[in-house]
Amino acid sequence: MSRAALRRQRRARLRARRWGWLGRLWALGTGRFGLLVVAAVTLTALVAAVWTPFDPQQVDLAARWSAPGLDHPLGTDGSGRDILSLLMAGARTTILVAVGAGLIATALGLVLAALGALTTRVVRESVAVLIDILIAFPVLLIAMMISAVWGGSLAVVVWSVGIGFGVNIARVTRPELRRVLHSDVVLAGKAAGLTPVQNLARHLLPHVAPVFIVQLSWGMAVAVLAEAGLSYLGFGAPVTDPSWGLLLAELQQYLTVYPLSVLWPGLAITVTVLGLNLLGDGLREATDPTLRTARGAARAARTHMPEVVA
Amino acid sequence: MSLSVQDLTIDIGGRRVVDGVSFTVPDGARVGLIGESGSGKSLTALAILGLLPDAATVGGRILWDDRDLRDLDDRTLARIRGREIGMVFQEPQTALNPVRRVGRQMTESLRIHTGRSRADAASRAIELAERMALPDPARIVRRYPHQLSGGQRQRVALAAALACAPRLIIADEPTTALDVTVQAGILTLLRDLVEDEGRGLLFITHDLAVLSLVATRGVVLHRGRVVEDAPVQALLTAPASEITRGLLRDARATSWSPQTQTPSETPQGEERR
Repeated sequence: MSRAALRRQRRARLRARRWGWLGRLWALGTGRFGLLVVAAVTLTALVAAVWTPFDPQQVDLAARWSAPGLDHPLGTDGSGRDILSLLMAGARTTILVAVGAGLIATALGLVLAALGALTTRVVRESVAVLIDILIAFPVLLIAMMISAVWGGSLAVVVWSVGIGFGVNIARVTRPELRRVLHSDVVLAGKAAGLTPVQNLARHLLPHVAPVFIVQLSWGMAVAVLAEAGLSYLGFGAPVTDPSWGLLLAELQQYLTVYPLSVLWPGLAITVTVLGLNLLGDGLREATDPTLRTARGAARAARTHMPEVVA
Repeated sequence: MSLSVQDLTIDIGGRRVVDGVSFTVPDGARVGLIGESGSGKSLTALAILGLLPDAATVGGRILWDDRDLRDLDDRTLARIRGREIGMVFQEPQTALNPVRRVGRQMTESLRIHTGRSRADAASRAIELAERMALPDPARIVRRYPHQLSGGQRQRVALAAALACAPRLIIADEPTTALDVTVQAGILTLLRDLVEDEGRGLLFITHDLAVLSLVATRGVVLHRGRVVEDAPVQALLTAPASEITRGLLRDARATSWSPQTQTPSETPQGEERR
């Protein structure tokens, strides 16, 4: 190994010691990318809440379809709205949907998994069956149905993706909880005088955390996609709201005339979804103490995690 | 002031697996439960602390200081577990939580039973690690179980059981998963810790040689019944039942004899990086 590589490795180790799991996340290429993307999108959303270069809904017919330049860094759309401002404002919607759906999915997923793993046999099995039934419904279709009947809004998107992925998380977390429940760790915890609740917090949940984190980040990525997709189809955000999906739908009508403009919302969606996925992957790897020192094949073997796709 | 198991029965799925077992562990005494696998010795140990799965039906009396542990509600029982009666399991590999640092695990019962602060518990963990003769105590408490050798893990589990200074330790084959040289080190440590501080010990094993090293009295189980209850010396020199004679033959057949072995546990695998 070259001297420079050695030095790099030492620096990474030092950083890991000082910053804990955050440092280890940074040391992973994927984790760093995910962290940067998610931080950038969050920051943009925060900035957009107080300031955007132009009012995102301000129509300026004189500046229709202006090319990227000093005035409008990413150009304008067919009614002269600034695309950068629209994207920044759209980031707010994206973050809102991802966080909202993530919170709902976490709460629902953990409650369902706990009910399905820790209660008496009758309750446990019926919850398991219920989860299996619910998981059969595709999230996007349900969201479209609800929107079609009661009108589309962001709340519909957040709730349907949140519930859909909550079920998904429960489906994956439940057997994991069952497995840990019968492990010696939990028995030893009980023998040490832990109450069931203390045992859950100290031994059960940390054990299922890796599976859970991957599912959650995947769920948030799907939420972003779902929002964009539903808005694109006209079932999501109302047209007056800023949304990447809406913008994409609007701009792609002029794909043959102004192909560059479509690039921006498309790129924003793709990079955000990729970033969320990689962040979840990196988080799992960075928080697992048994992976910290494993390298090569041992690492590859242990990081393999089967995923359930929505 | 002692543990007294009276006429204990355990049924699992309509089958009686422990049938009228009685024995006592006076305060400060070291008693061994010995028998081949399937004799019900582990089930008996689990039943004492109420750790059997719901599928098992328990009968008889388990008296601890004249209180029947079976009558206690969950909360009172949780206060006795870990604080008055500590338990060490067979496999330290699976009994320790892989995602928590060993120092935290050692003082877990201490924190929940006495409400000590985290900093207080951390310094206590280092003391405990020192007491367990673990190398470099200040650093080892910050490690994770997979970074320790098997013997070191069992020392951590032992420290966790002893953290609250319980009056009785139940050890369920604590050395079976370890190789023989490490085994001797753990056994002498366990015996010394229990002896020095006047704690009671209920030691479960299938190996009469191991039993002779740690216990003074042995209760021999066979198919869920007590077949012999005598001082260890008597079991070794004048076994009364055929079962004990069989165990004695097994112990002799293994080339290793604990009395002659010097405890020399090497910290192998300790520096695995």
